[in-house]
Amino acid sequence: MVTKKEWLDKFSKSRQLDQKFTTISDADIDPLYTPENLADFDAEKDLGFPGQYPYTRGVQSTMYRGRTWTMRQFAGFGNPKQTNERFHYLLENGQTGLSTAFDFPTLYGRDSDDVRSRGEVGKCGVAIDTLRDMEILFDRIPLDKVTTSMTINPPAAIVWAMYLAVAEKQGVTWDKVGGTIQNDMLKEFIAQKTWIFPPKPHLKIITDILAFAAENVPRWNTISISGYHIREAGSTAVQELAFTLGDGMTYVRAGIDAGLDPDVFAPRLSFFFNAHSDFFEEIAKYRAARRIWARFMKEEIGAKDPRSWLLRFHTQTAGCSLTAQQPLNNIVRTTIQALSAVLGGTQSLHTNSMDETLALPTERAVQVALRTQQIIAEESGVTNTIDPLGGSYFIESLTSRMEAEALAYIRKIDEMGGMLKAIENGYPQTEISKAAYHYQRQVESNEKTVVGVNKYVNDEPIDLDLLYIDEQVEKDQIASLQKVKSERDNAAVDRALAELKRAAVEGRNVMPPILDCVRRYASLGEMVNTLRDVYGEYQDPAYL
Amino acid sequence: MKRTIRILVGKPGLDGHDRGAKIVARALRDAGYEVIYTGLHQTPEMIVNTAIQEDVDAIGLSILSGAHNHLFPEVIRLLKDKGVDDIVVFGGGIIPEQDIAGLKEAGVAAVFTPGTTLQSIVDFIESNVANRTI
Repeated sequence: MVTKKEWLDKFSKSRQLDQKFTTISDADIDPLYTPENLADFDAEKDLGFPGQYPYTRGVQSTMYRGRTWTMRQFAGFGNPKQTNERFHYLLENGQTGLSTAFDFPTLYGRDSDDVRSRGEVGKCGVAIDTLRDMEILFDRIPLDKVTTSMTINPPAAIVWAMYLAVAEKQGVTWDKVGGTIQNDMLKEFIAQKTWIFPPKPHLKIITDILAFAAENVPRWNTISISGYHIREAGSTAVQELAFTLGDGMTYVRAGIDAGLDPDVFAPRLSFFFNAHSDFFEEIAKYRAARRIWARFMKEEIGAKDPRSWLLRFHTQTAGCSLTAQQPLNNIVRTTIQALSAVLGGTQSLHTNSMDETLALPTERAVQVALRTQQIIAEESGVTNTIDPLGGSYFIESLTSRMEAEALAYIRKIDEMGGMLKAIENGYPQTEISKAAYHYQRQVESNEKTVVGVNKYVNDEPIDLDLLYIDEQVEKDQIASLQKVKSERDNAAVDRALAELKRAAVEGRNVMPPILDCVRRYASLGEMVNTLRDVYGEYQDPAYL
Repeated sequence: MKRTIRILVGKPGLDGHDRGAKIVARALRDAGYEVIYTGLHQTPEMIVNTAIQEDVDAIGLSILSGAHNHLFPEVIRLLKDKGVDDIVVFGGGIIPEQDIAGLKEAGVAAVFTPGTTLQSIVDFIESNVANRTI
């Protein structure tokens, strides 16, 4: 019988490629994993069964044999009418949930007629100024049947209130409304960098949302704790895992500090991860994330409801991995990434389109991206068994190693005084930019390969039809905002804004007065400016 | 005596994508230039004022939001208004091929799109930005 030692002798004496064998995050990988790597591994304690603590194998007992993940393509551009048409197109093509992209002025809490919005309206997402725009955006979309995810952070409370007001107008009661707001401000300060107020008032508004949802909108996912943007900003896989879970732990503690019972709000927290190109590293990351979260919620927080222990997550394939050169290759990258998310047990998935390094995606490109998910789900057979890689020496070792490395990072942040303090010190921000620069250097020196960019390069011109946002969108959106302002009861709007200001000053929950402003067609910018007067404004510390 | 080339790396507009700007800033610094990074969410006025105060030789602008056709020419217009004609303006980001000619016509010296090597940006500075005599 051949022993490991004999194999190793033979292996060491054989010719090997002159290269490093590391993940895309630059973590070393052994040539072979064996039972020895799992010496400390306890299958019962560390793995368990699907739908059972610590959920390493998945959050549901049936996983994809019970229900396929939600196919949720992120969409939004131009004016609300154009995006509403794209939503209907996606639903007609078999998509099962909506995901809304807003333009930068909206993400940043500015109206389309604000001077800082010039040139940006409708470019990177849909422009929303008042409830009127949300009524058009969700026209002929029944909000009791379709769930909607909204990528909105600093003004999340306001945009969510607009969505709830649309539901009211459709005659749908809030207990039937389901969806997600991203509402994750910590990762904004760390990575995505849209903000309005300083971290503390933003955290206060988030706890207002947790409390309001628990009482009024029980099916709503109140925070989508996001690693996606951390990874896109250039972090390693372990940094994505550590900073995201560290953010989640901070929200749970903030909710408890605000007097909320974790078993009331924690089941409505969800997560959002990146699916990058290093296949096994990504699968191990999702599995480690579930285990860390379950142990934290049960053992450290003492949550009693098993739903509080579950790490449910959405995944998006890595936009930063796509190349402008030879864009058809992006379909292949996205397929590999999407497969890792599925093998890692994702609850919903967005697959990027081949043309997204060049512009927002065309309908044709989006259709190929959606078909990629449908082929994985319905042709590849990977959904037949739950957690098919569970028990693999390599996957289990990598899962445990990433768990340990992430926990070490989290401890370090705790020692700094917690995530808010670490952000104030620029710690996660500079860790990420260092990692991003390190990777770029490796690409530049050909230590890491990017096909079509530093290897297998050709000079073929890029031949793709691109979506172009007409400059007319900005003019039309401004005209439409002015029309709403001329038709509404301006005295009522002023009273509602004054009440919002009082609530903010007195530290009351801002959701009820925001809903009142929204129903009276106060604009996003008017509400944000009112709150900015109370809370102040955050400036980029510009850490390199 | 020639002084070290000073470059302002700026992020105009509202988008928060600073990965590229920060990598380019670090690379230019490692190449031996003096680099000033503005941070995010700058207006064209803020960028031009900083450039003049810091007496820079070049401004590199990064935009990934699609607002380049408005913001790049605006920075150049403001520089002209203030009588500045010796600062080289270059930029990068998600910029469709069809927009590049218009930006160059507006006075942008070079536009670097995805896949650009850091070395090619350094090479551009070497051949297009002169060390000033002090």
